Amino acid sequence: MLCNLLPIATRVGAPRMVPTRGIPYPAGDPSLSQEDERAWRRTLLETALVAVSTHVTQPTVFTPGPAAAKSG
Amino acid sequence: MRVVHYINQFFAGIGGEDSASAPPERRDGAIGPGRRLDALLGDEHTVVATVFCGDDRAASDPASLDEIMQLIRSADAEMVLAGPAFSSGRYGVACARVAGAAQAAGLIALASMAADNPGVAEAGAAPIVESGETARQMGPSLERFAAAARRVAAGEALAGIEGVIASTRRLNRLDARSAAERAVDLALARFDGDKTATEIPQPDFGHVHPAPPIDNPREALIALVSEGAVVPMGNPDRLESARAHKWLRYSLEGLDRLAPGEYQSVHGGFSTVAANADPNRILPLDAAREMERDGRIGSLYQEYLVTAGNGTSVADAQRFGVEWASELRRAGVRAAILTST
Repeated sequence: MLCNLLPIATRVGAPRMVPTRGIPYPAGDPSLSQEDERAWRRTLLETALVAVSTHVTQPTVFTPGPAAAKSG
Repeated sequence: MRVVHYINQFFAGIGGEDSASAPPERRDGAIGPGRRLDALLGDEHTVVATVFCGDDRAASDPASLDEIMQLIRSADAEMVLAGPAFSSGRYGVACARVAGAAQAAGLIALASMAADNPGVAEAGAAPIVESGETARQMGPSLERFAAAARRVAAGEALAGIEGVIASTRRLNRLDARSAAERAVDLALARFDGDKTATEIPQPDFGHVHPAPPIDNPREALIALVSEGAVVPMGNPDRLESARAHKWLRYSLEGLDRLAPGEYQSVHGGFSTVAANADPNRILPLDAAREMERDGRIGSLYQEYLVTAGNGTSVADAQRFGVEWASELRRAGVRAAILTST
């Protein structure tokens, strides 16, 4: 799950979470250039793939790696 | 206590839909599910009479409630138990109204039905005890109903009783200890390692068992799902912007991205300006297609599933989750990526 409100997601027991940058745009970041935002979106999905490929037993946060940092 | 049990024509053994307009009637003692309820209520309470009515009649004829209440009074009831009605809408509405009227008349009254039964909103001040979804859960539903009824009859506060889903109003009562003392006592209990002591119980959302991981995303069918209310422009299927009772599916076939102006978010819980400028910010189709082309994922499921997660009842949300999981599993999807606003 890509979401911004991790405490709530954790409280209701979401197993795999990827933190995002804002409530209104879970798969984006309007502060970036179009190109960088697209790259950020892909980073979120790459992180989500790591999450779904990982065994978890409780709510677990998968933080996008440093490669995902804002480049613009 | 003298208990009157309210049920519908079906559970009274009168008939099915053909008898749904049957008028209210009273029989002495327990019948149908009331027999088990009577046993579960223990020695202190006895089902002295059963009142029943056809579902159509009870739910649509305003006069039937008065008739039912007269029959209940004629049995000298002290407590009224209505249901369980499970997910049956008309039966649930009838049970809720009967319990609400009985409570207003000064009797102890409870109704039992599923949490998303429309009757839940009709019970006035009477508490509702959650039942299962269908009559297959009659046994455990009756056990929970009887246990709650016994505790309400014993004067316990509703907030602490398992399964009470409505009318958990806070009641004023005098406590021997001041608020300051109680607060310090709770703090001390916490320091002593008691993590559960509280005067304000929080809802329990149960436990979600994490799905096992997938072996290889490069071979997997992956789905995109969202509660961000992204729908085709104009919202042709009228997804609710809040308190959604439904979810929708839309095809992604032939689409490389969700184009602005062709898709929009109708979510009522946040500003949709950013989402409408680029709907991929809610449903990351453009990046997912790129990963499909690059071989990072096997393939993308041909539809996306969507609802509006805004004031949605927990019961509806759970139903959506179960339906999504079952739908995706049937289609061979191995993992779903949910975007949450």
